[in-house]
Amino acid sequence: MEKFETHTGVGVPLRRSNVDTDQIIPAEYLKRVSRTGFEDGLFAAWRKDESFVLNNPVYAHGSVLVAGPDFGTGSSREHAVWALMNYGFRTVISSRFADIFRGNSGKQGLLTAVVAQDDVELIWKYLDNNPGAEITVDLVSRTVTAGEIVAPFDIDDYTRWRLLEGLDDIGLTLRHEDEVTRFEKSRPSHKPVTTPVEPVS
Amino acid sequence: MSGTLAEKVWEAHVVRRAEGEPDLLYIDLHLLHEVTSPQAFDGLRLAGRPVRRPDLTLATEDHNVPTTPGPITDPVSQVQVETLRRNCEEFGVRLYPMGDVEQGIVHVVGPQLGLTQPGMTVVCGDSHTSTHGAFGALAFGIGTSEVEHVLATQTLPLKPFRTLAVNVRGQLAEGVTAKDIVLAVIAKIGTGGGQGYVIEYRGEAIQALSMEARMTVCNMSIEAGARAGMIAPDETTFAYLKGRPHAPTGSDWDAAVAEWSALRSDDDAVFDAEVDLDASELTPFVTWGTNPGQGLPLGESVPDPESFADESDRVAAQNALTYMGLEPGTPLREIKVDTVFVGSCTNGRIEDLRAAAAVVKGHKVADGVRMLVVPGSARVRLQAEAEGLDAIFTEAGAEWRLPGCSMCLGMNPDTLAPGERSASTSNRNFEGRQGKGGRTHLVSPLVAAATAVRGTLSSPADLAVEHPVEHPVEHPVVQEA
Repeated sequence: MEKFETHTGVGVPLRRSNVDTDQIIPAEYLKRVSRTGFEDGLFAAWRKDESFVLNNPVYAHGSVLVAGPDFGTGSSREHAVWALMNYGFRTVISSRFADIFRGNSGKQGLLTAVVAQDDVELIWKYLDNNPGAEITVDLVSRTVTAGEIVAPFDIDDYTRWRLLEGLDDIGLTLRHEDEVTRFEKSRPSHKPVTTPVEPVS
Repeated sequence: MSGTLAEKVWEAHVVRRAEGEPDLLYIDLHLLHEVTSPQAFDGLRLAGRPVRRPDLTLATEDHNVPTTPGPITDPVSQVQVETLRRNCEEFGVRLYPMGDVEQGIVHVVGPQLGLTQPGMTVVCGDSHTSTHGAFGALAFGIGTSEVEHVLATQTLPLKPFRTLAVNVRGQLAEGVTAKDIVLAVIAKIGTGGGQGYVIEYRGEAIQALSMEARMTVCNMSIEAGARAGMIAPDETTFAYLKGRPHAPTGSDWDAAVAEWSALRSDDDAVFDAEVDLDASELTPFVTWGTNPGQGLPLGESVPDPESFADESDRVAAQNALTYMGLEPGTPLREIKVDTVFVGSCTNGRIEDLRAAAAVVKGHKVADGVRMLVVPGSARVRLQAEAEGLDAIFTEAGAEWRLPGCSMCLGMNPDTLAPGERSASTSNRNFEGRQGKGGRTHLVSPLVAAATAVRGTLSSPADLAVEHPVEHPVEHPVVQEA
């Protein structure tokens, strides 16, 4: 995973609450078996509307999405994170994120910055008055800067550390493999098992 | 120390705890399907890692599969299904493919095999994994990176959830079901109300529910933003599990029941938040908008967006009504539908099909309405056919289909056309969820069936039929055909 310290890019105001992952990427786009190419499906239904914010050329290279509350609700599809990142987004700002979406983002290096709704409103106003303006998201100081606005954001310490260091979770867990093995030996015998098959590789 | 059910299950699975780090939790059962697993297996292959515990892993094909006989016709879907087959073969994971008697929606298959048991941790790359919480398991959906993490390590690093008690006291009136309870809960606390929480459903009305109804309630916990929903195991749970293929037997059964019986929140346990609901006040519930929190009792009318105090609720309601093509003040009962869908991991189990069949029996599906009945698994389909439910549906003019996720999310050919409107027993009424431009009203199987007969959103009370009789809690599992 790429390290994330600070990012400056064009802010895109998405004035909607409850942006669910079916809107971020509809199911019909989930059939790929790779992690790339999902930008085509990003907000696919809304992009058919000429007035949708991403259809404004000013925001063509947007990389900081500023959304309403409850962003990323619904399906667990990590494709939503891939779609945002494949398109070029590095950060999403919202006053509240759905848990699974936020977890998925943290694994992929997409920063989800929780900013108070009042500050989100101020940033929206700033972007309305300055379309195409850049926003800086600084993970070291945990602040979002848009013109004169400097808003703090929340992120848990562990995710912040992993993003700053660019560490992947599986490698971190495998450092403690002996503890996993020890735990496995203590599991009750009545716990169910499936009926695996012989690997063929 | 006293604790809640969720805390007890959590504590029993902590592999490693260290200051400043999330807990490392052991996973007892990992379920896979074709949509969210290919990139995870790819990651394993790139890193040269095996699946740590194939014996705690199970895969099924559900999201993409057609529900009419014959092969998958969409080449992209076919590639995804073939990729799962190849991955399972390469890594030694048991797969129940299309056509297998154990195939079905992943959240229907786990419980019916007896693989989902009280006190377990269960994960799957699907948000409706919360379904398994009905057994007193801590079960939640994960993303593809986490799928890879579990495949490689059989653990997940997780920050503890907060706990939310949803107390449903009193008794449900006739014709009011588990689906109505959960839709009412979501309408009350909102789609973000459960965010960061594990919900424990408690109270007399919950205890009175069958296992299948409990699964319906827990299934939709995610629609309230909660990652998991749980119900303490009891005699109903044990009776459901006993004799299932993967349930413990002999002395293991006795040991398991003794352990499971202790899985309940202590009387002095403190929840981080509590919500109360009176079951006796509930009536059939339907959604009018484009998120599962936008619901009302069927007897009410489409709300006026101006009636919402909160600015973002007002805008959301306005957007929803525009998308849904609805006018404020229209009685919900006057909304005409084109399609009725009975199925999904929310309401595709045998009891759901029995309830719907009892309503449509002796009636015809209204002119211009298409009714799809999609069993949740091959076993459910066989059971329904053994009971003659398929004949009731087809005689009424409904389509009797093969098992899969189907129109819940339209990854297979079962979709709504733009502008079409459905009454659906599924779990999400998001824009375009059932097909581009499709409009979804979430309902219970009873409301779905009555709606199919009348052509407008209806409850069985609107039909001149006897209400379906109570069904026994225990159901025999049919033998392989």
